[in-house]
This record gives sequence, C-alpha cells and structure tokens, in this order.
Amino acid sequence: MQSLRWKLAGHALALLATVLLGGLLSATLVRLAPGFDVDEQTLDPHLNAQSVQALRDARHQDHNVFRFYFSYMKRAAHGDLGASLALGQPVSTLLHDRAPLTLRLLTMGLGLAWMLTLTLALSAAWLRLSVYEALTTVVSGTLLCIPAAVLALLSVLWNVPGSLAIALIVFPRTYRYTQNLLVKAYSRPHIITARAKGLGEARILFWHVVPVVTPQLLAVAGVSVSMAVGAAIPVEALCGLAGIGQLAWQAALARDLPLLVNITILVTLVTLLANSGADVIGYVVRGQEA
Amino acid sequence: MSLGRKLACVALGLVLIASAAANWLAPGGYARQYRDATNAPPSHTHWLGTDDIGRDRFARVLYGTRISLLLAPAAALFSTLMAALIGGLAGYLGGAWARMAMAVTDLFLSLPWLFLLITSRALMPLNVSPLVSVLVTFLLLGLLGWTTAARVLCTTAGSLRASDFVRQARAAGLPGSRLFWIHVMPNLKPVLYAQFWISIPVFILSEANLGILGLGVAEPMPSWGSLLKELEGLVSVGEEPWKFVPLILLVVVVTSFQFLLSKQEEVAA
Repeated sequence: MQSLRWKLAGHALALLATVLLGGLLSATLVRLAPGFDVDEQTLDPHLNAQSVQALRDARHQDHNVFRFYFSYMKRAAHGDLGASLALGQPVSTLLHDRAPLTLRLLTMGLGLAWMLTLTLALSAAWLRLSVYEALTTVVSGTLLCIPAAVLALLSVLWNVPGSLAIALIVFPRTYRYTQNLLVKAYSRPHIITARAKGLGEARILFWHVVPVVTPQLLAVAGVSVSMAVGAAIPVEALCGLAGIGQLAWQAALARDLPLLVNITILVTLVTLLANSGADVIGYVVRGQEA
Repeated sequence: MSLGRKLACVALGLVLIASAAANWLAPGGYARQYRDATNAPPSHTHWLGTDDIGRDRFARVLYGTRISLLLAPAAALFSTLMAALIGGLAGYLGGAWARMAMAVTDLFLSLPWLFLLITSRALMPLNVSPLVSVLVTFLLLGLLGWTTAARVLCTTAGSLRASDFVRQARAAGLPGSRLFWIHVMPNLKPVLYAQFWISIPVFILSEANLGILGLGVAEPMPSWGSLLKELEGLVSVGEEPWKFVPLILLVVVVTSFQFLLSKQEEVAA
C-alpha cells in the first residue's frame, strides 16, 4: 500500500511537471512563430488610432513568453483560461462546448478499436489457423499503411461516423502490439508444456495467457488514448466535426496563443493521465498476481 | 529471402525507377497546364487524367513520388543523426545528462505525434516558395522525429558504458571523446540503421497527413500529401477511381517498407 502511494505521488509529480513544461513549450513555439506580432484587426479601417494602439498594446503584453505564461498560470489558478484571439470567445467556453463531442468520439472510437483488436487477436490465438492469422495481419497491415487523414476523408465519402474512422486509425496499432504479446506469451515454456499435456485451448488462453499479457495490454491501452487524441485532429478537421481536435487545428492555423497553450496542456494532461492510469492499474494487477 | 520481401524489393525498385525517370516518362513536367483539358478522364495523352487546372496527373504522381521518396529518407537520416547525438551522448555520459535527455524525450512523447506535427508545422511560415515548403516540411519531420530513437539509443549507450571493453578502455586512459566516437558510436550502428529505416515509412505517412490538411508541400510542387488532397473533392469512390492511384502507390510503398523492416524492428526493440 505504501509503495502504491509512492508510485501515485511520483506519477502526480511527473504529470504536473510535464504538463507545465508542455504548456511553456507551446507558448514558446507560438511566440517564436513568424507573424506572431501581426494582428489582422489592426488593419480594419473602421478602427480609430486609439483602438489600433489598444490592440497593439494588448498584443505587446504577450511578447515576453515567460511573463505571458506566468500571468496565464496565475489566472488559470482562478479559473480564467483567457480568451481566444481568433474566435473572440473565452477559452473555457470553447473547451466546454466542444469537449463532449470529442469525448464521445474518443470513447466510441477507442471502444470499437479495442473490441476489434481483442476479438481478432484472441480468436486468431485460439483458432491457430494460419490463413486466419494472415488475413487479420493483411487487414491491419493495410490500414497501418493508409494515412490517418485519408481514412478521415474516406469516412466522409462513405458517410460513416467519425468514431469509426478513429477506430480504424487506432486498431492496426493496438492489434499489432496485442498480437505480438500473445505470440510471445504462447511461446512461454509453461504454456508449451500445458499444450503438450493436452489442456484445452480455451483454458490455456483464459487461465494462462490472458493473465500474463494483461499488464502489458493495459500499458498499450494507455498509449492508445494518445493515438486516438492524435487521430481526432484530422478526423474532426476533415469531417467538419466541431470538437477539440478541430479547435486545435483552427488554433494552430490562426496562431492563437491562449487557445493553443490551453489545448496543449489539455492534450498533455489527457495522454499522461491515461498512461499513468494504465501504469497504476497494471501495477495493482501485477501486485495481486504476486 | 522470403517471397514477400522479394516482392517488396521489386515493388520498391519499380517505383524508384519510375520516379527517377519522371523527366523521360512525363516530359511535360508537373506544372504544365493543359487548359483545353481540365478535369479530363484518363486518355492515351494523359494516363491518369488531369486535375482541376489541367495538369497531367500521371506526371504529378511521378514527380510527387520522387519528392516523397527522396526527402523522407533525408529527414530520417537527419532525425537519426540527432537521436544518435542526443540519445547516444546522454546514455554514454549517464547520470543527470541521461535523466535530462529522457525528460525532454518524455515531454515530446507525451504529446500525440500528429498533434505535435500539425501544431509545429502551422507555426512555421506557410506563404513560402514551393521549394522552401518542401524543405520546411521534411526538416520539421526530422527535427521532431528523433525522440523515440533517442530513447532507444540512450538505453543502448547506457548499457555499453557499463560494458567491460569500455571500462577497460577508460582504465587504459583513453580520453572520453575518443572513447565515444571510436568505441561507443560504432556499436550503436545496428540500432541506428534500424531507426533510420523505421523512420522512412513513418515520415512518408506524416507528410501525407500534413499535405491533406494543407500544411505540407506548397503548390505547384507535388508530393503524395498534396496529391491525396484531391480526394477531398470526391463525391463517390466509383466516380473517378483514377484519383486513388497516389493512395494505392503510397500503400504499396509503405507496405513494401513494412515487409523489409520486420527484422529491423526487432533490432530496434
């Protein structure tokens, strides 16, 4: 119990440091980007000199990236995430409005991807038919060779939901890892002995193979969240889905510093939480087995 | 060599030869516009038809293949060298250096690859000449793609640092820099080769993703990404199937790389 607490504390500390550094990195990148100083609103002929100067002064405050980041953190601690420069809305409102769609897409996409992965990988391991294994490898291999953005475009063309596109982007990667883990588990001496002694395939699979691969599968599950978040950007951008992925895309194109920093922090937080969660669950599972 | 690998070699060889011979196979070039034949279907003069502004699609596919197949390995080489320097050196020095390098790689790896790539590319100049856009796109791939390789190299160099022959060389009074370049780096070669080959298909796919999202190579320069962007305007698959040729070519090339890389991945792991 004590070691679990230490592990949790270590994860929390690493998570906090990485999230803060990630935010600073994105702020620095945006600050250094060419054209950062230019605000299109200052070209509006309807604005008088004072308004233009006020806009320039507001932009000038963001010049020092450390000062910007420090004041951002101070405001964020009080729940104020700033306002989007390109969309003219509070960042918290934008994130709040778009998060449910992305969350739904990611949940359904990941669920579908893992359902496909486990069904195909476990059935291939159980059936042990070379033709079936070859077929699943060809399907996953082909999907692996198609760019994520093309799968998003094809989902628009065939009028299938964006979650299916995310599933098809994530599936070949998770399938590959899962299949490798199962192959390695099946080559263990105690499983070869169990098979030689005539133990049934189902019993070997569910009593001897699945418990061995579960902690590693949990780690892959954590990584798959990061894959799905990455896949959500082209899927939402190309399918016209107003989620966080599309927002990230718009923020990057508009060089919207406040929005981009918040999205980077959010994305880093989600991926790290998923990885840490998977790691802690894997640790507990291993502990129970021991 | 297995049949799959032989087929992969033949496919890659054919694609490479065709792209190298683009000047002879498509003498019109990738930017020439045939204004009387815009959006034309395949014919004996334009094997894959023409695009919206009358450019020969076959020529664009050949030249685009050349660009993608030339620059993806260049970016892979750049990222592998960066990984060798950062990961290899940090692993060799060990201690705080290794921890710092690993913290940086962790930071990069905590962000999804596509998110990092799209955000960074969008922050680079977009209104540049086509040639500069090609260089910026592939340079960025090289600059961001070193982290995974650096992690592997840091671990490998760390284990080499503790090996007997390095200890013996150090005890014999060999200076640290000489030890690194003469004894450690040559032993990292198999991992470096593996990382280099693994990066190529990853970068080809990444460039394609960037191109479709409009952040890749600028017009009129063709690349697989910009050619695949044409799929955006399709209403149905059966309508203009020849527009899928760049996709088929990309899948064939990346699949061939995957076939050839199955052994390299074992080395890299």
